[in-house]
Amino acid sequence: MKLFSFILLTILSLPSFAKDDTVNIYSFRQAFLIEPILQQFTEQTGIKTKVVFAEKGLIERIKREGRYSPADVVLTSNFSKLLQLTDENLTQAFNDAAVNANIPAHFRDDNGHWVALTKRIRNIYAAKDRVAAPFELNYEDLAQAKFKGKICTRSGKHPYNLGLVASMIAHHGQAETKAWLLAVKNNLARKPQGNDRAQVKAISEGLCDVSLGNSYYFGKMLTDPAQKAWADAVHIVYPNQQNRGAHVNVSGAAIAKHAPNKQNAIKLIAFLASEQAQQAYSLLNFEYPVNPQVKPAPMVASWGEFKEDTLPLTQVAKNRPAALKLIDEVKFDL
Amino acid sequence: MSVLSVNNLSVSYHDKQIISGLNLQVQHGEIVALFGASGGGKSTILKAIAGLLDQVSGEIHIGDKLVLSNNINIAAEHRHTGLIFQDYALFPHLTVAENVAFGLHQLSRQQQQQKVTEMLTLIKMQEYAQHYPHQLSGGQQQRIAIVRALACEPTILLFDEAFSNIDPQLRFELITDIRNLLKAQKISALFVTHNQDEAFAFCDRIAVINQGRIEQVDTPEQLFSAPKTRYIAEFLGEGLWLQSQIQSNTLLQTPFGEATYSGSQNLAEYVGESAMIYLRPHQFTLTHDPHSQLQVHNERFIGECYESVFQWQQQSIKVKSAESFLHQTVKVEINAKISKVFI
Amino acid sequence: MSSFSQTNMPQQTGKPFIASLFIGLKQLKHLHISTFFIALLFATPLLSIAVEALAPNSETFAHIKQTVLADYIVNTCILALGVSALVICIGVPLAWLIAVCDFRFKRFFQWALVLPLAMPAYIVAYTYTDLLDYAGPIQVALRDWFGWQSASDYYFFDIRSLTGAIIVLALVLYPYVYLMVRAGFLEQQANLTHVARTLGYSPLRSFFKISIPVARNAIIASTALVLMESIADFATVKYFAVSTLTTAVYDTWLSYYDLAAAAKLSLIMVLGIFVLLYLERIQNGQKQTHNDAKLSAQKLTYQLTKKQSILAIGYCCLILTISFIIPLYILSDYAIDYFSQAWNADLFEITLNSLIIAGLSAAIAIVAALTLNFSLRVKPIKLHKTSLKLASSGYAIPGTVMAIGVLIPLAFLDNQINALADSLSLSPPGLVLSGSFIAIVLAHSIRFIAIANKGIEASYAKISPSLDMVAKSMGQPNRKVFSKVHLPLIRKSVLVAGLLIFVESMKELPAALLLRPFDFQTLPTHVFQYASTEQLEIAALGAIIIVIVGLVPLIIINRSIEQH
Repeated sequence: MKLFSFILLTILSLPSFAKDDTVNIYSFRQAFLIEPILQQFTEQTGIKTKVVFAEKGLIERIKREGRYSPADVVLTSNFSKLLQLTDENLTQAFNDAAVNANIPAHFRDDNGHWVALTKRIRNIYAAKDRVAAPFELNYEDLAQAKFKGKICTRSGKHPYNLGLVASMIAHHGQAETKAWLLAVKNNLARKPQGNDRAQVKAISEGLCDVSLGNSYYFGKMLTDPAQKAWADAVHIVYPNQQNRGAHVNVSGAAIAKHAPNKQNAIKLIAFLASEQAQQAYSLLNFEYPVNPQVKPAPMVASWGEFKEDTLPLTQVAKNRPAALKLIDEVKFDL
Repeated sequence: MSVLSVNNLSVSYHDKQIISGLNLQVQHGEIVALFGASGGGKSTILKAIAGLLDQVSGEIHIGDKLVLSNNINIAAEHRHTGLIFQDYALFPHLTVAENVAFGLHQLSRQQQQQKVTEMLTLIKMQEYAQHYPHQLSGGQQQRIAIVRALACEPTILLFDEAFSNIDPQLRFELITDIRNLLKAQKISALFVTHNQDEAFAFCDRIAVINQGRIEQVDTPEQLFSAPKTRYIAEFLGEGLWLQSQIQSNTLLQTPFGEATYSGSQNLAEYVGESAMIYLRPHQFTLTHDPHSQLQVHNERFIGECYESVFQWQQQSIKVKSAESFLHQTVKVEINAKISKVFI
Repeated sequence: MSSFSQTNMPQQTGKPFIASLFIGLKQLKHLHISTFFIALLFATPLLSIAVEALAPNSETFAHIKQTVLADYIVNTCILALGVSALVICIGVPLAWLIAVCDFRFKRFFQWALVLPLAMPAYIVAYTYTDLLDYAGPIQVALRDWFGWQSASDYYFFDIRSLTGAIIVLALVLYPYVYLMVRAGFLEQQANLTHVARTLGYSPLRSFFKISIPVARNAIIASTALVLMESIADFATVKYFAVSTLTTAVYDTWLSYYDLAAAAKLSLIMVLGIFVLLYLERIQNGQKQTHNDAKLSAQKLTYQLTKKQSILAIGYCCLILTISFIIPLYILSDYAIDYFSQAWNADLFEITLNSLIIAGLSAAIAIVAALTLNFSLRVKPIKLHKTSLKLASSGYAIPGTVMAIGVLIPLAFLDNQINALADSLSLSPPGLVLSGSFIAIVLAHSIRFIAIANKGIEASYAKISPSLDMVAKSMGQPNRKVFSKVHLPLIRKSVLVAGLLIFVESMKELPAALLLRPFDFQTLPTHVFQYASTEQLEIAALGAIIIVIVGLVPLIIINRSIEQH
């Protein structure tokens, strides 16, 4: 029993996670993608950042860690994760004047639980030499018979595709969306696999003619010497420009319900919403800023002006479960 | 007619010569022992005959079939021998019946069954057909191993120390059973052993092997009484070398008095020369003699007699006698005819 | 409680490490309690998942059952059976060649053939995708040669498929079969084959009729490990877009947000594996394929002819090349070209992290496995038997599910500790268990303890019970019997198991990914973060370090088997 008490005492005397000069980040995004921006934050404020990245199971971890979780800020790569966090009661409201000034209200939670930080478009990538009138494409067109065996995409259940399908349901209803999904599935050149870049690579290799992919990957590929050739083979297409506009998703941030360093967390989010960070997001990660004062970086701007789908993100989130079921029903990934 | 004929057999292992220039014959229906000290390459000869070794040369006939020569080396599976090992080597994953039927794959299922029953009847083990080997005693396992080999009607059976794992009490019962079985079926066998009692009990003739060479092939009686070499004489049982003088064709003068010679060799031309004779403990007689210098200092009762030990010229001499002579002074005489002298 | 802590803490120095760990086993009662607690600890993930699965039925499970579950099950079965069949086809002939045949370069192949075990399957998957896909050197060369213009002009094997996954998994998992079956062949009595030969069976037929059936236990045990490993695999099948039951578990949990349904699916998988192993045991009940190896020290050896040697060398070369040399070559190529980008001081620290985690995982798993096996030996009662079984259940659980299974109880414990601190008005220490690398170590040792249990169980079976009785009759207490008799005799298999767990733990990704503390990387997470963004060239250096660190233990393992 002596030993047990000793261990217990040692544990109890360990330093706590609550410290004045740090902020703990749970991130769904690769740590090295946000590293440069976090560095700027530390330089400016003197607050150190600690990151744990995981794509899978991070929400479960926060949930199980409960009130002693060290998490201050949660960074997500899509809207549905933000919503899941708030739905599961893992976040807390915050209200910061700087954040409110920098981010338009429709990119913030009504109850102040989350903010969006960047916008990304679900683009169609089209082979430069094989697709006629690429810039007139709609998502709906992917169901056309002319694309038989010519479409590549990642798993239908990936959050990015789920968001798109959910928006289709919001616009067209379940039955029509199911028919569309089935037709797209039948047009696939290969089973859904890989990530968004791999689809562009496949187009450059002639395996398929069109693919779905987020906008920032285009910039990533163009600046990677090994991948530039892939991007050079395709047009980045903003779909549905003649009608409702291209589907938009957001990355965002929330403050964990039991954040030990809430003030630092707010400082970090305020920084991420500031012009400096928003510019960096656009410049380094090729995303669209949500801060209206910040113009997209030159490379991002060079892909052209486009029309966004104004469907509220909450509508997309609402249809997400239905989208997931449809994808299994048509066995999209099998 | 010889069933096995081995001529000038040489065997190497890892390029080291183990057996060289070995000759051996086994006649039809005969059981021959290959008898020698442990590690003398006996098992190697057996495996060479069975065709399980690579670096062999010489000539081997099994039955009327030439299985080994300069340009022939027939594989083990075509030599029609049957191997029986010390550890039985029953296939642990097969039942008794499946073990016995193992070599009968060319027969129909019904014929196989018939043969298995026939074989198990031979050794009175019909009721064990569906048992697995580990459920049997050692003796039972060895019986199965033997009929497994017999089932294939081999030209010759090869036994490798086949009885040394069996309990001593049961061993000779098993040996007698198997010998009777082989004799009844007129089956020839070659039996490798280092155990003299087993060799004597099981075999018609014994080939004594020393350092890869056969020194003598003879009946047990002949080997025992008239060994051809000193090695054989010593190997077949402990004894005492005595220097003696040849007096005539029938008389030898030994340190313990005169002894009669009854061997086949004509000693007439060696009269006057000295020769060595080998005497075993039962070939001496002790009598109490108060004037003798020799005193029995150690003795052991071994059932049918006493084994008394005394010192003579820095040698310990053992003598078997019917009564106890412990701590008595004794006179020693030779009670047996000498059938072999080493000149 | 106190006995439990004692058994796990070395108290005296100057004694052999493991022996001193057992110093607490002064009385059987303590052993009893330790066994119970260890079994409980090692079954916690399974139990917590079972508790999760008890949550009321949601419609998710029904929906998946209606739509995709059948496909997932079929894929899983094909994958598991395919990998099992392929590892037997690759591993058993190799084991036989090396154990029984004599040919040139055999000594080299004997250890070299173990090396693929150091390759994480997902890394082999990455490299082969790089090599075989459209832009890879092979297809480029073919297109140049035949003048084809695009992918539609010709057929080429698609590595990103179920078949591809089967091949890749088999290539890295066959060494299990090779190692265990080779040991089985080495133990086999030459006499069995000799008898078969004289009964008219050719070497080849004797191999099928005798060597294989007698080595059955080793073949089945090793294939069972491979089977579980391939069912639990996620990274490879995910990369190859093959949907298996593991995919279903992840989908229900991460897409449908339904941990209960995911837990149910995991339980079904684990139960399925238990049933499979149980059926095998029943069917094998009567036969006893191990025999007394003591009697015959003789080894079966076939000297191969020149022609046969060439075939044997060719076969060994082929397997070694595709399972190890080609992936390693591709990685080295990248590692050299991108060295300046990939190398940084962090990599050293990351390697150290991995080494510590792997070392601790192996040590904990070994100590636990020894305790469990020892209590079963001392008192072969049902409770101990069940303890051992239960503690081995982790192997069949996919890595991420295991991670959650570890997280749930540890986080619970952490919360209790913090609440205690609060009530004592101390400052709460935070998540000392669930948020530290202890959680990763625990997840790894629980996942891989089955390897140690299997090995130690097998080598305990070879120790005659009379040895225990002799030692006991000489007045030795249980712990002495353990340290003086058992440990020296099972030493080798303990070493082999420990090293295997070390190597597996070096490669294991999911637990570290989910459970790691802030700014903490292991080699697999480092490799994964680059490889998953199609930057294999930067990941290559880390991957090579994983392989190199794994080589040394594997060579030791191989050597200790050869000296059998």
